[in-house]
Amino acid sequence: MTELTSLTIAEAREKLSTKEITSVELTKAYVNAIDAFNGTLNAYITTTPEKAMDMAKASDERRASGKVGALEGIPLGIKDLFATEGVHTQACSHILDGFKPKYESTVTQNLWDDGAVMLGKLNMDEFAMGSSNETSFYGPVVNPWKAEGSNQQLVPGGSSGGSAAAVAAHLCAGATATDTGGSIRQPAAFTGTVGIKPTYGRCSRWGTVAFASSLDQAGPIARDVRDAAIMLKSMASVDKKDTTSVDLPIPDYEAALGQSVKGMKIGIPKEYRVDNMPEEIEALWQQGIAFLKDAGAEIVDITLPHTKYALPAYYIVAPAEASSNLARYDGVRYGLRVDGKDIADMYEKTRAAGFGTEVKRRIMIGTYVLSAGYYDAYYLQAQKVRTLIKRDFETVFHAGVDAILTPATPSSAFGIADENLAADPVAMYLNDIFTVTVNMAGLPGIAVPAGLDKKGLPLGLQLIGKPFEEETLFRTAHVIEQAAGKFTPAKWW
Amino acid sequence: MSVDLATVKRVARLARIAVTEDDANRMVGELNGIIDFVEQLSEVDVTGVEPMTSVTPMDMRKRQDAVTDGDKADDIVANAPSTDRNFFLVPKVVE
Repeated sequence: MTELTSLTIAEAREKLSTKEITSVELTKAYVNAIDAFNGTLNAYITTTPEKAMDMAKASDERRASGKVGALEGIPLGIKDLFATEGVHTQACSHILDGFKPKYESTVTQNLWDDGAVMLGKLNMDEFAMGSSNETSFYGPVVNPWKAEGSNQQLVPGGSSGGSAAAVAAHLCAGATATDTGGSIRQPAAFTGTVGIKPTYGRCSRWGTVAFASSLDQAGPIARDVRDAAIMLKSMASVDKKDTTSVDLPIPDYEAALGQSVKGMKIGIPKEYRVDNMPEEIEALWQQGIAFLKDAGAEIVDITLPHTKYALPAYYIVAPAEASSNLARYDGVRYGLRVDGKDIADMYEKTRAAGFGTEVKRRIMIGTYVLSAGYYDAYYLQAQKVRTLIKRDFETVFHAGVDAILTPATPSSAFGIADENLAADPVAMYLNDIFTVTVNMAGLPGIAVPAGLDKKGLPLGLQLIGKPFEEETLFRTAHVIEQAAGKFTPAKWW
Repeated sequence: MSVDLATVKRVARLARIAVTEDDANRMVGELNGIIDFVEQLSEVDVTGVEPMTSVTPMDMRKRQDAVTDGDKADDIVANAPSTDRNFFLVPKVVE
Protein backbone atom coordinates (compact mmCIF):
# COMPACT_ATOMS: atom_id res chain seq x y z
CA MET A 1 0.00 0.00 0.00
CA THR A 2 1.18 3.49 -0.80
CA GLU A 3 2.02 5.83 2.03
CA LEU A 4 -1.25 7.30 3.29
CA THR A 5 0.11 10.84 3.39
CA SER A 6 0.89 10.70 -0.33
CA LEU A 7 -2.81 10.47 -1.20
CA THR A 8 -4.53 13.53 -2.65
CA ILE A 9 -7.85 14.56 -1.11
CA ALA A 10 -9.71 12.98 -4.04
CA GLU A 11 -7.74 9.70 -3.68
CA ALA A 12 -8.24 9.60 0.09
CA ARG A 13 -11.95 10.33 -0.39
CA GLU A 14 -12.18 7.28 -2.67
CA LYS A 15 -10.31 4.96 -0.28
CA LEU A 16 -12.35 6.19 2.68
CA SER A 17 -15.54 5.63 0.76
CA THR A 18 -14.62 2.04 -0.19
CA LYS A 19 -13.59 1.43 3.47
CA GLU A 20 -10.08 0.56 2.35
CA ILE A 21 -8.84 3.05 4.95
CA THR A 22 -10.35 4.87 7.94
CA SER A 23 -10.00 8.51 8.88
CA VAL A 24 -8.31 7.38 12.11
CA GLU A 25 -5.60 5.61 10.06
CA LEU A 26 -5.20 8.52 7.68
CA THR A 27 -5.11 11.11 10.46
CA LYS A 28 -2.62 9.05 12.48
CA ALA A 29 -0.32 8.93 9.45
CA TYR A 30 -0.35 12.74 9.25
CA VAL A 31 0.11 13.16 13.02
CA ASN A 32 3.17 10.88 12.81
CA ALA A 33 4.55 12.73 9.78
CA ILE A 34 4.16 16.08 11.55
CA ASP A 35 5.86 14.66 14.65
CA ALA A 36 8.76 13.43 12.58
CA PHE A 37 9.29 16.33 10.17
CA ASN A 38 7.80 19.55 11.48
CA GLY A 39 10.87 20.22 13.58
CA THR A 40 12.81 20.59 10.32
CA LEU A 41 10.28 22.51 8.25
CA ASN A 42 8.51 24.64 10.93
CA ALA A 43 5.28 24.62 8.91
CA TYR A 44 3.04 24.16 11.97
CA ILE A 45 3.32 26.48 14.95
CA THR A 46 0.79 24.50 17.01
CA THR A 47 -0.44 20.96 16.51
CA THR A 48 -3.64 19.50 17.90
CA PRO A 49 -3.07 15.74 17.65
CA GLU A 50 -5.63 14.78 20.31
CA LYS A 51 -8.31 16.94 18.75
CA ALA A 52 -7.37 15.48 15.35
CA MET A 53 -7.75 11.89 16.54
CA ASP A 54 -11.08 12.72 18.24
CA MET A 55 -12.37 14.36 15.07
CA ALA A 56 -11.17 11.41 12.97
CA LYS A 57 -12.92 8.93 15.25
CA ALA A 58 -16.14 10.97 15.12
CA SER A 59 -15.82 11.09 11.32
CA ASP A 60 -15.48 7.31 11.06
CA GLU A 61 -18.56 6.96 13.26
CA ARG A 62 -20.54 9.37 11.09
CA ARG A 63 -19.50 7.43 8.02
CA ALA A 64 -20.59 4.14 9.64
CA SER A 65 -24.00 5.69 10.26
CA GLY A 66 -24.22 6.78 6.62
CA LYS A 67 -23.50 10.51 7.09
CA VAL A 68 -20.73 11.50 4.72
CA GLY A 69 -19.70 15.16 4.19
CA ALA A 70 -17.77 16.49 1.21
CA LEU A 71 -14.49 16.40 3.18
CA GLU A 72 -15.41 13.53 5.47
CA GLY A 73 -12.37 12.34 7.40
CA ILE A 74 -9.83 14.48 5.47
CA PRO A 75 -7.02 15.94 7.69
CA LEU A 76 -6.32 19.60 7.01
CA GLY A 77 -3.93 22.29 8.24
CA ILE A 78 -5.33 25.72 9.16
CA LYS A 79 -3.47 29.00 8.67
CA ASP A 80 -3.00 30.79 11.99
CA LEU A 81 -5.13 33.69 10.69
CA PHE A 82 -8.38 31.73 11.13
CA ALA A 83 -10.04 31.82 14.55
CA THR A 84 -10.34 28.27 15.87
CA GLU A 85 -12.29 27.88 19.09
CA GLY A 86 -10.07 27.17 22.07
CA VAL A 87 -7.00 26.74 19.87
CA HIS A 88 -3.98 29.06 19.44
CA THR A 89 -4.94 31.89 17.02
CA GLN A 90 -2.30 34.61 16.81
CA ALA A 91 -1.75 35.52 13.16
CA CYS A 92 1.81 34.50 14.10
CA SER A 93 2.19 37.72 16.08
CA HIS A 94 3.65 38.24 19.54
CA ILE A 95 0.96 40.81 20.28
CA LEU A 96 -1.76 38.11 20.33
CA ASP A 97 0.15 36.00 22.87
CA GLY A 98 -2.06 33.38 24.46
CA PHE A 99 -5.16 34.30 22.42
CA LYS A 100 -7.61 31.42 22.24
CA PRO A 101 -10.86 32.53 20.61
CA LYS A 102 -14.25 31.65 22.05
CA TYR A 103 -15.62 31.27 18.53
CA GLU A 104 -14.86 29.57 15.22
CA SER A 105 -14.33 31.34 11.89
CA THR A 106 -17.01 30.72 9.28
CA VAL A 107 -14.52 29.18 6.82
CA THR A 108 -13.19 26.62 9.30
CA GLN A 109 -16.68 25.88 10.65
CA ASN A 110 -17.73 25.11 7.06
CA LEU A 111 -14.85 22.60 6.80
CA TRP A 112 -15.72 20.86 10.07
CA ASP A 113 -19.40 20.79 9.06
CA ASP A 114 -18.28 18.92 5.94
CA GLY A 115 -16.43 16.35 8.05
CA ALA A 116 -12.81 17.59 7.84
CA VAL A 117 -10.24 16.95 10.60
CA MET A 118 -7.95 19.66 12.04
CA LEU A 119 -4.25 18.82 12.41
CA GLY A 120 -3.06 22.18 13.75
CA LYS A 121 -2.29 25.80 12.97
CA LEU A 122 0.11 26.77 10.22
CA ASN A 123 2.94 29.28 10.21
CA MET A 124 2.58 32.53 8.25
CA ASP A 125 4.02 36.02 7.97
CA GLU A 126 2.92 38.13 10.94
CA PHE A 127 -0.62 39.40 10.23
CA ALA A 128 -0.13 38.08 6.66
CA MET A 129 2.34 40.90 5.92
CA GLY A 130 5.20 39.40 3.95
CA SER A 131 6.17 37.35 0.92
CA SER A 132 8.66 34.92 2.48
CA ASN A 133 7.15 33.79 5.80
CA GLU A 134 10.16 35.40 7.51
CA THR A 135 8.15 38.02 9.41
CA SER A 136 6.49 35.32 11.56
CA PHE A 137 7.08 35.59 15.31
CA TYR A 138 7.63 31.82 15.19
CA GLY A 139 10.51 31.90 12.74
CA PRO A 140 10.78 31.09 9.03
CA VAL A 141 9.31 28.05 7.29
CA VAL A 142 11.68 25.94 5.23
CA ASN A 143 10.57 25.22 1.65
CA PRO A 144 10.53 21.43 0.99
CA TRP A 145 12.12 22.26 -2.39
CA LYS A 146 15.86 22.77 -2.75
CA ALA A 147 17.82 23.72 -5.85
CA GLU A 148 19.59 20.77 -7.49
CA GLY A 149 23.00 20.20 -5.97
CA SER A 150 22.43 22.88 -3.34
CA ASN A 151 21.85 22.62 0.37
CA GLN A 152 20.65 26.19 0.78
CA GLN A 153 17.35 26.53 2.61
CA LEU A 154 14.74 28.38 0.58
CA VAL A 155 11.64 30.30 1.62
CA PRO A 156 8.23 28.82 0.77
CA GLY A 157 6.90 32.29 -0.08
CA GLY A 158 4.32 34.11 1.96
CA SER A 159 2.28 34.99 3.65
CA SER A 160 0.72 31.49 3.55
CA GLY A 161 4.17 29.86 3.69
CA GLY A 162 3.26 27.27 6.33
CA SER A 163 0.20 26.24 4.32
CA ALA A 164 2.18 25.81 1.08
CA ALA A 165 5.09 23.98 2.74
CA ALA A 166 2.80 21.63 4.68
CA VAL A 167 0.88 20.72 1.52
CA ALA A 168 4.05 20.21 -0.56
CA ALA A 169 5.73 18.12 2.17
CA HIS A 170 2.58 16.03 2.73
CA LEU A 171 2.11 17.22 6.32
CA CYS A 172 -1.60 17.76 5.57
CA ALA A 173 -3.95 16.74 2.77
CA GLY A 174 -4.80 20.38 2.05
CA ALA A 175 -4.62 23.71 3.84
CA THR A 176 -6.56 26.91 4.30
CA ALA A 177 -4.80 30.11 3.32
CA THR A 178 -5.58 33.77 2.71
CA ASP A 179 -4.56 36.22 0.01
CA THR A 180 -4.44 40.02 0.32
CA GLY A 181 -1.85 40.75 -2.40
CA GLY A 182 -0.67 37.30 -3.49
CA SER A 183 -0.37 35.38 -0.21
CA ILE A 184 -1.98 32.22 -1.62
CA ARG A 185 -0.68 32.30 -5.19
CA GLN A 186 2.98 33.23 -4.61
CA PRO A 187 3.65 30.47 -2.00
CA ALA A 188 1.74 27.98 -4.17
CA ALA A 189 4.05 28.88 -7.09
CA PHE A 190 7.16 28.55 -4.87
CA THR A 191 6.20 25.06 -3.68
CA GLY A 192 4.69 23.40 -6.77
CA THR A 193 1.19 23.45 -5.26
CA VAL A 194 -2.12 24.84 -6.48
CA GLY A 195 -3.64 27.90 -4.80
CA ILE A 196 -6.76 29.86 -5.64
CA LYS A 197 -7.83 33.27 -4.39
CA PRO A 198 -11.54 33.37 -5.11
CA THR A 199 -13.52 36.49 -6.00
CA TYR A 200 -13.82 39.00 -3.15
CA GLY A 201 -16.98 38.05 -1.26
CA ARG A 202 -16.95 34.33 -2.10
CA CYS A 203 -15.51 33.16 1.26
CA SER A 204 -16.72 34.78 4.46
CA ARG A 205 -14.15 36.91 6.27
CA TRP A 206 -15.91 36.41 9.62
CA GLY A 207 -13.48 35.11 12.22
CA THR A 208 -10.43 35.68 10.00
CA VAL A 209 -7.93 38.11 11.57
CA ALA A 210 -8.24 41.25 9.44
CA PHE A 211 -5.27 42.72 7.53
CA ALA A 212 -6.75 44.86 4.71
CA SER A 213 -10.49 44.30 4.71
CA SER A 214 -11.22 45.38 1.12
CA LEU A 215 -8.56 42.97 -0.22
CA ASP A 216 -8.50 39.94 2.13
CA GLN A 217 -9.94 36.67 0.79
CA ALA A 218 -9.60 33.11 2.01
CA GLY A 219 -8.86 30.21 -0.32
CA PRO A 220 -7.22 26.78 -0.36
CA ILE A 221 -3.70 25.57 -1.12
CA ALA A 222 -3.81 21.98 -2.36
CA ARG A 223 -1.75 19.35 -4.17
CA ASP A 224 -3.64 19.60 -7.43
CA VAL A 225 -6.43 21.44 -9.18
CA ARG A 226 -9.08 18.89 -8.24
CA ASP A 227 -8.24 19.10 -4.53
CA ALA A 228 -8.35 22.90 -4.69
CA ALA A 229 -11.82 22.69 -6.28
CA ILE A 230 -13.03 20.27 -3.59
CA MET A 231 -11.73 22.49 -0.80
CA LEU A 232 -13.04 25.79 -2.18
CA LYS A 233 -16.55 24.36 -2.46
CA SER A 234 -16.50 23.64 1.27
CA MET A 235 -14.79 26.88 2.32
CA ALA A 236 -17.13 29.17 0.36
CA SER A 237 -20.52 30.10 1.74
CA VAL A 238 -23.11 32.85 1.97
CA ASP A 239 -22.64 34.28 5.46
CA LYS A 240 -24.93 36.78 7.16
CA LYS A 241 -22.13 37.58 9.61
CA ASP A 242 -20.00 39.16 6.82
CA THR A 243 -21.76 42.04 5.04
CA THR A 244 -19.40 41.64 2.05
CA SER A 245 -20.19 37.94 1.64
CA VAL A 246 -21.97 37.65 -1.69
CA ASP A 247 -25.40 36.08 -1.99
CA LEU A 248 -24.73 33.70 -4.88
CA PRO A 249 -25.05 29.91 -5.00
CA ILE A 250 -21.76 27.96 -4.76
CA PRO A 251 -21.18 25.88 -7.88
CA ASP A 252 -19.79 22.36 -7.92
CA TYR A 253 -16.27 23.46 -8.92
CA GLU A 254 -15.07 19.89 -9.38
CA ALA A 255 -17.61 19.39 -12.16
CA ALA A 256 -15.74 22.01 -14.21
CA LEU A 257 -12.67 19.77 -14.42
CA GLY A 258 -12.27 17.92 -17.68
CA GLN A 259 -14.45 20.35 -19.62
CA SER A 260 -12.87 21.51 -22.84
CA VAL A 261 -11.29 24.94 -23.28
CA LYS A 262 -11.90 24.77 -27.04
CA GLY A 263 -12.86 28.16 -28.39
CA MET A 264 -12.14 29.88 -25.08
CA LYS A 265 -10.42 33.25 -25.42
CA ILE A 266 -7.27 33.57 -23.31
CA GLY A 267 -5.82 37.07 -22.95
CA ILE A 268 -2.05 37.66 -22.74
CA PRO A 269 -1.37 41.09 -21.19
CA LYS A 270 1.74 42.76 -22.58
CA GLU A 271 2.25 44.78 -19.38
CA TYR A 272 3.19 41.60 -17.49
CA ARG A 273 6.40 41.35 -19.50
CA VAL A 274 8.44 43.30 -16.95
CA ASP A 275 12.03 44.55 -17.06
CA ASN A 276 14.69 42.07 -15.94
CA MET A 277 12.23 39.19 -15.98
CA PRO A 278 14.24 35.95 -16.08
CA GLU A 279 14.16 34.21 -19.46
CA GLU A 280 12.84 31.11 -17.77
CA ILE A 281 9.69 32.92 -16.66
CA GLU A 282 9.09 34.12 -20.21
CA ALA A 283 9.71 30.57 -21.49
CA LEU A 284 7.24 29.16 -18.95
CA TRP A 285 4.65 31.68 -20.03
CA GLN A 286 5.13 30.71 -23.69
CA GLN A 287 4.83 27.06 -22.68
CA GLY A 288 1.52 27.80 -20.95
CA ILE A 289 0.28 29.61 -24.05
CA ALA A 290 1.24 26.56 -26.13
CA PHE A 291 -0.57 24.16 -23.74
CA LEU A 292 -3.80 26.14 -24.03
CA LYS A 293 -3.47 26.65 -27.79
CA ASP A 294 -2.99 22.89 -28.23
CA ALA A 295 -6.17 22.35 -26.22
CA GLY A 296 -8.08 24.53 -28.67
CA ALA A 297 -8.12 27.88 -26.86
CA GLU A 298 -7.76 31.09 -28.82
CA ILE A 299 -4.86 33.27 -27.65
CA VAL A 300 -5.33 37.04 -27.89
CA ASP A 301 -2.97 39.88 -27.01
CA ILE A 302 -4.52 42.31 -24.57
CA THR A 303 -3.51 45.45 -22.75
CA LEU A 304 -4.09 46.32 -19.08
CA PRO A 305 -2.53 49.79 -19.14
CA HIS A 306 -2.62 50.56 -15.41
CA THR A 307 -0.85 47.36 -14.32
CA LYS A 308 2.35 49.13 -13.19
CA TYR A 309 0.36 51.27 -10.77
CA ALA A 310 -1.26 48.33 -8.96
CA LEU A 311 1.63 47.65 -6.59
CA PRO A 312 2.17 51.29 -5.54
CA ALA A 313 -1.61 51.73 -5.06
CA TYR A 314 -1.64 48.53 -3.01
CA TYR A 315 1.10 49.89 -0.73
CA ILE A 316 -1.18 52.80 0.11
CA VAL A 317 -4.53 51.02 0.39
CA ALA A 318 -3.34 47.90 2.27
CA PRO A 319 -1.24 49.71 4.94
CA ALA A 320 -4.02 52.30 5.40
CA GLU A 321 -6.57 49.57 6.09
CA ALA A 322 -4.06 47.66 8.21
CA SER A 323 -3.30 50.68 10.38
CA SER A 324 -7.02 50.91 11.18
CA ASN A 325 -7.57 47.18 11.65
CA LEU A 326 -4.54 46.75 13.90
CA ALA A 327 -5.54 49.66 16.15
CA ARG A 328 -7.46 47.12 18.23
CA TYR A 329 -4.25 45.57 19.58
CA ASP A 330 -3.82 47.87 22.54
CA GLY A 331 -3.04 45.57 25.47
CA VAL A 332 -6.56 45.88 26.86
CA ARG A 333 -8.84 43.25 25.36
CA TYR A 334 -6.52 40.40 24.39
CA GLY A 335 -2.95 39.30 24.08
CA LEU A 336 0.18 40.99 25.25
CA ARG A 337 0.30 43.90 27.70
CA VAL A 338 3.44 45.82 28.64
CA ASP A 339 2.81 48.11 31.61
CA GLY A 340 3.53 51.83 31.34
CA LYS A 341 3.36 54.95 33.43
CA ASP A 342 -0.09 55.85 32.06
CA ILE A 343 -2.54 54.40 29.55
CA ALA A 344 -0.91 55.98 26.46
CA ASP A 345 2.50 54.74 27.59
CA MET A 346 1.02 51.26 28.07
CA TYR A 347 -0.42 51.31 24.52
CA GLU A 348 2.86 52.47 23.02
CA LYS A 349 5.05 50.00 24.90
CA THR A 350 2.66 47.10 24.21
CA ARG A 351 2.56 47.80 20.49
CA ALA A 352 6.33 48.40 20.31
CA ALA A 353 7.00 45.01 21.92
CA GLY A 354 4.16 43.10 20.28
CA PHE A 355 4.50 44.01 16.60
CA GLY A 356 7.43 42.95 14.43
CA THR A 357 9.43 45.28 12.18
CA GLU A 358 7.44 44.76 8.97
CA VAL A 359 4.07 45.17 10.71
CA LYS A 360 5.25 48.39 12.38
CA ARG A 361 6.52 49.66 9.04
CA ARG A 362 3.13 49.11 7.41
CA ILE A 363 1.19 50.63 10.31
CA MET A 364 3.47 53.67 10.06
CA ILE A 365 2.94 54.00 6.29
CA GLY A 366 -0.81 53.59 6.74
CA THR A 367 -0.95 56.15 9.52
CA TYR A 368 1.11 58.58 7.44
CA VAL A 369 -0.99 58.33 4.26
CA LEU A 370 -4.21 58.76 6.25
CA SER A 371 -2.90 61.67 8.33
CA ALA A 372 -4.21 65.21 7.94
CA GLY A 373 -3.01 66.89 4.75
CA TYR A 374 -1.95 63.69 2.98
CA TYR A 375 -5.25 61.83 2.63
CA ASP A 376 -6.14 63.25 -0.81
CA ALA A 377 -2.64 62.97 -2.26
CA TYR A 378 -2.19 59.33 -1.28
CA TYR A 379 -5.29 57.43 -0.19
CA LEU A 380 -7.86 59.12 -2.42
CA GLN A 381 -5.51 59.01 -5.41
CA ALA A 382 -4.85 55.29 -4.80
CA GLN A 383 -8.57 54.50 -4.64
CA LYS A 384 -9.09 56.34 -7.95
CA VAL A 385 -6.23 54.39 -9.54
CA ARG A 386 -7.87 51.25 -8.19
CA THR A 387 -11.02 52.14 -10.14
CA LEU A 388 -8.87 52.41 -13.29
CA ILE A 389 -7.18 49.04 -12.63
CA LYS A 390 -10.58 47.39 -12.32
CA ARG A 391 -11.79 49.17 -15.47
CA ASP A 392 -8.82 47.73 -17.44
CA PHE A 393 -10.03 44.22 -16.60
CA GLU A 394 -13.68 45.05 -17.32
CA THR A 395 -12.71 46.34 -20.74
CA VAL A 396 -10.93 43.13 -21.80
CA PHE A 397 -13.60 40.85 -20.33
CA HIS A 398 -16.25 42.93 -22.13
CA ALA A 399 -14.32 42.39 -25.37
CA GLY A 400 -14.85 38.64 -25.01
CA VAL A 401 -11.77 37.46 -23.12
CA ASP A 402 -12.68 34.50 -20.84
CA ALA A 403 -9.51 34.34 -18.74
CA ILE A 404 -6.06 35.95 -18.58
CA LEU A 405 -2.80 33.99 -18.43
CA THR A 406 0.28 35.45 -16.70
CA PRO A 407 3.30 34.21 -14.76
CA ALA A 408 2.51 33.82 -11.03
CA THR A 409 5.81 35.22 -9.72
CA PRO A 410 8.82 37.03 -11.19
CA SER A 411 11.22 34.30 -9.93
CA SER A 412 11.38 30.90 -8.27
CA ALA A 413 11.87 30.54 -4.49
CA PHE A 414 14.77 32.53 -3.02
CA GLY A 415 16.98 31.86 -0.01
CA ILE A 416 16.07 32.35 3.63
CA ALA A 417 17.65 35.55 5.02
CA ASP A 418 18.44 36.99 1.59
CA GLU A 419 20.57 40.05 2.31
CA ASN A 420 19.43 42.17 -0.64
CA LEU A 421 15.77 41.65 0.23
CA ALA A 422 16.35 42.34 3.91
CA ALA A 423 17.96 45.69 3.08
CA ASP A 424 15.20 46.91 0.78
CA PRO A 425 11.52 46.45 1.72
CA VAL A 426 10.37 47.49 -1.77
CA ALA A 427 12.44 44.70 -3.40
CA MET A 428 10.47 42.19 -1.31
CA TYR A 429 7.18 43.87 -2.26
CA LEU A 430 7.97 43.30 -5.96
CA ASN A 431 7.30 39.57 -5.43
CA ASP A 432 3.60 40.36 -5.68
CA ILE A 433 3.85 42.31 -8.92
CA PHE A 434 1.79 39.78 -10.94
CA THR A 435 -0.70 38.86 -8.23
CA VAL A 436 -1.65 42.15 -6.59
CA THR A 437 -3.73 43.51 -9.50
CA VAL A 438 -6.21 40.70 -8.91
CA ASN A 439 -6.82 41.75 -5.28
CA MET A 440 -7.11 45.40 -6.27
CA ALA A 441 -9.88 44.46 -8.74
CA GLY A 442 -11.50 41.81 -6.48
CA LEU A 443 -11.14 39.13 -9.17
CA PRO A 444 -10.46 35.40 -8.81
CA GLY A 445 -6.92 34.15 -9.55
CA ILE A 446 -5.39 30.68 -9.48
CA ALA A 447 -1.71 29.67 -9.43
CA VAL A 448 -0.93 26.32 -11.01
CA PRO A 449 2.53 24.71 -11.31
CA ALA A 450 3.67 24.58 -14.92
CA GLY A 451 7.31 23.53 -14.86
CA LEU A 452 10.70 23.62 -13.17
CA ASP A 453 13.46 26.14 -13.70
CA LYS A 454 17.11 25.25 -14.47
CA LYS A 455 17.77 24.83 -10.76
CA GLY A 456 14.96 22.28 -10.55
CA LEU A 457 12.63 24.63 -8.61
CA PRO A 458 8.92 24.88 -9.37
CA LEU A 459 7.43 27.79 -11.30
CA GLY A 460 3.75 28.65 -11.54
CA LEU A 461 1.39 30.28 -13.98
CA GLN A 462 -1.54 32.44 -12.95
CA LEU A 463 -5.00 32.51 -14.50
CA ILE A 464 -7.25 35.50 -13.78
CA GLY A 465 -11.00 35.22 -14.28
CA LYS A 466 -14.20 37.25 -14.29
CA PRO A 467 -15.93 37.86 -10.96
CA PHE A 468 -17.44 34.64 -9.58
CA GLU A 469 -16.26 32.55 -12.53
CA GLU A 470 -13.89 30.35 -10.54
CA GLU A 471 -15.18 27.40 -12.59
CA THR A 472 -13.47 28.81 -15.70
CA LEU A 473 -10.21 29.00 -13.74
CA PHE A 474 -10.44 25.41 -12.47
CA ARG A 475 -11.26 24.14 -15.95
CA THR A 476 -8.37 26.03 -17.57
CA ALA A 477 -5.86 25.32 -14.80
CA HIS A 478 -6.73 21.63 -15.10
CA VAL A 479 -5.77 21.71 -18.79
CA ILE A 480 -2.38 23.23 -17.85
CA GLU A 481 -1.92 20.63 -15.10
CA GLN A 482 -2.73 17.78 -17.48
CA ALA A 483 -0.16 19.07 -19.96
CA ALA A 484 2.58 20.07 -17.49
CA GLY A 485 2.21 17.24 -14.98
CA LYS A 486 2.50 17.51 -11.21
CA PHE A 487 5.63 18.37 -9.24
CA THR A 488 6.72 16.86 -5.93
CA PRO A 489 9.94 17.74 -4.09
CA ALA A 490 12.53 15.00 -3.54
CA LYS A 491 12.32 14.16 0.15
CA TRP A 492 15.39 15.33 2.13
CA TRP A 493 13.75 16.24 5.43
CA MET B 1 7.20 64.51 -0.47
CA SER B 2 9.58 62.91 1.98
CA VAL B 3 9.57 62.27 5.70
CA ASP B 4 12.12 63.50 8.23
CA LEU B 5 12.92 62.34 11.74
CA ALA B 6 10.34 64.63 13.34
CA THR B 7 7.61 63.30 11.02
CA VAL B 8 8.53 59.69 11.82
CA LYS B 9 8.25 60.43 15.53
CA ARG B 10 4.93 62.22 15.06
CA VAL B 11 3.49 59.33 13.01
CA ALA B 12 4.76 56.79 15.57
CA ARG B 13 2.95 58.77 18.26
CA LEU B 14 -0.26 58.82 16.17
CA ALA B 15 0.10 55.04 15.66
CA ARG B 16 0.77 54.53 19.39
CA ILE B 17 4.05 52.73 18.79
CA ALA B 18 6.99 53.61 21.04
CA VAL B 19 10.14 54.12 18.96
CA THR B 20 13.71 54.51 20.11
CA GLU B 21 15.99 57.08 18.49
CA ASP B 22 17.65 54.24 16.54
CA ASP B 23 14.28 52.86 15.35
CA ALA B 24 13.18 56.29 14.22
CA ASN B 25 16.41 56.94 12.33
CA ARG B 26 16.18 53.61 10.53
CA MET B 27 12.51 54.21 9.68
CA VAL B 28 13.28 57.53 7.99
CA GLY B 29 15.16 55.71 5.23
CA GLU B 30 12.71 52.81 4.94
CA LEU B 31 9.61 54.95 4.87
CA ASN B 32 11.13 57.30 2.31
CA GLY B 33 11.95 54.28 0.13
CA ILE B 34 8.31 53.20 0.21
CA ILE B 35 6.98 56.72 -0.27
CA ASP B 36 9.26 57.24 -3.28
CA PHE B 37 7.86 54.01 -4.72
CA VAL B 38 4.20 54.97 -4.26
CA GLU B 39 4.86 58.53 -5.47
CA GLN B 40 4.58 57.34 -9.10
CA LEU B 41 0.79 57.27 -8.66
CA SER B 42 0.76 61.04 -8.95
CA GLU B 43 1.51 60.75 -12.68
CA VAL B 44 -1.82 58.97 -13.36
CA ASP B 45 -4.53 61.19 -14.79
CA VAL B 46 -7.58 60.58 -12.60
CA THR B 47 -9.71 63.43 -13.92
CA GLY B 48 -13.36 62.44 -13.54
CA VAL B 49 -12.52 59.05 -11.96
CA GLU B 50 -14.52 58.04 -8.90
CA PRO B 51 -12.53 56.52 -6.02
CA MET B 52 -13.33 52.86 -5.45
CA THR B 53 -15.58 52.25 -2.47
CA SER B 54 -16.60 48.64 -3.11
CA VAL B 55 -14.73 46.13 -5.21
CA THR B 56 -17.82 44.04 -5.99
CA PRO B 57 -20.91 45.73 -7.41
CA MET B 58 -23.28 44.79 -4.62
CA ASP B 59 -25.35 46.54 -2.01
CA MET B 60 -24.19 45.97 1.51
CA ARG B 61 -26.48 43.51 3.22
CA LYS B 62 -28.63 45.12 5.88
CA ARG B 63 -30.66 43.70 8.73
CA GLN B 64 -33.17 44.83 11.31
CA ASP B 65 -31.60 46.94 14.02
CA ALA B 66 -32.27 44.39 16.73
CA VAL B 67 -30.25 42.50 19.32
CA THR B 68 -29.24 39.13 17.83
CA ASP B 69 -26.39 38.16 20.12
CA GLY B 70 -25.20 38.79 23.64
CA ASP B 71 -24.94 37.52 27.21
CA LYS B 72 -21.30 36.64 26.62
CA ALA B 73 -19.50 38.86 29.10
CA ASP B 74 -17.36 35.97 30.35
CA ASP B 75 -16.32 35.09 26.79
CA ILE B 76 -15.54 38.69 25.94
CA VAL B 77 -13.12 39.22 28.82
CA ALA B 78 -11.72 35.68 28.72
CA ASN B 79 -8.63 36.69 26.72
CA ALA B 80 -7.95 40.04 28.40
CA PRO B 81 -4.65 40.49 30.23
CA SER B 82 -6.29 42.17 33.23
CA THR B 83 -9.95 42.03 34.31
CA ASP B 84 -12.13 42.36 37.38
CA ARG B 85 -15.75 41.14 37.52
CA ASN B 86 -16.16 41.32 33.74
CA PHE B 87 -14.53 44.73 33.42
CA PHE B 88 -11.34 45.38 31.46
CA LEU B 89 -8.73 46.92 33.74
CA VAL B 90 -6.55 49.75 32.44
CA PRO B 91 -4.13 52.17 34.12
CA LYS B 92 -5.83 55.17 35.72
CA VAL B 93 -7.07 57.55 32.99
CA VAL B 94 -8.70 60.37 34.99
CA GLU B 95 -6.90 62.02 37.89
